[in-house]
Amino acid sequence: MAKKKMAIIAAQGSLDWAYPPFILASTAAAMDMEVKIFFTFYGLPLLKPKIKAKVTPAANPAMPMKMPFGPKAFQAIDWPIPHAVSGVIPGFDSMATSLMKKQFKNKGVATVTELREMCLALGVELIACQMTMDVFGFEEKDFVEGVNFAGAAAFLDFAAEADIQLMC
Amino acid sequence: MSHNDEIDCSGMSCPLPVVKSKMKIDTMNPGEVLKIITTDPGSCKDIPAWANRVGHEMIEEAEENGKYYFLVKRGE
Repeated sequence: MAKKKMAIIAAQGSLDWAYPPFILASTAAAMDMEVKIFFTFYGLPLLKPKIKAKVTPAANPAMPMKMPFGPKAFQAIDWPIPHAVSGVIPGFDSMATSLMKKQFKNKGVATVTELREMCLALGVELIACQMTMDVFGFEEKDFVEGVNFAGAAAFLDFAAEADIQLMC
Repeated sequence: MSHNDEIDCSGMSCPLPVVKSKMKIDTMNPGEVLKIITTDPGSCKDIPAWANRVGHEMIEEAEENGKYYFLVKRGE
């Protein structure tokens, strides 16, 4: 049986959006699929050695604001912080980011960096979009080892034959 | 039933149980049996789906004291 193929476009670089491409890619690779992820626009920084992705509550109106510590009843509270407030308080995004990381750690979720390492170990091809690299001033040496470089046509040539195509 | 190797994924969330099981079973020979232990409720469907997709045989599934146990026989 020919290997199933999955093509993913990762165009978002916030912490919440950093997870889906790496989770789906590592799982698909574990299921013996051939996987390629095309990183473009704000997805490019996810290829840097140190991933500094943050989450922005002000830009995510449906995001639950919960505390990852304390008694169960306290953790269940969805804090009603208006976005007009969270959007202007300095450091709010950093705080929300560390709370989300703590919550994920508590629940046994791997970090984005760990998931990326697993993807590479399982043979997932990580491709940086050449054009957006030029636009945003990235060079090949800015990214982790193992990253490949290509344009839209080269990626679409693979995607055209893929069984699953996703945009994250 | 006896098993040849074991991996404990207790406390790990999706996709780690599947990814770790894949990496473990790749080190084993066809026909050998891997025992997988998890606590993630999602793994109840994920482990069988993974095994079925890649051609491993699901021999046993069980739950005991909040833990899930799977016996998977490696395919060719």
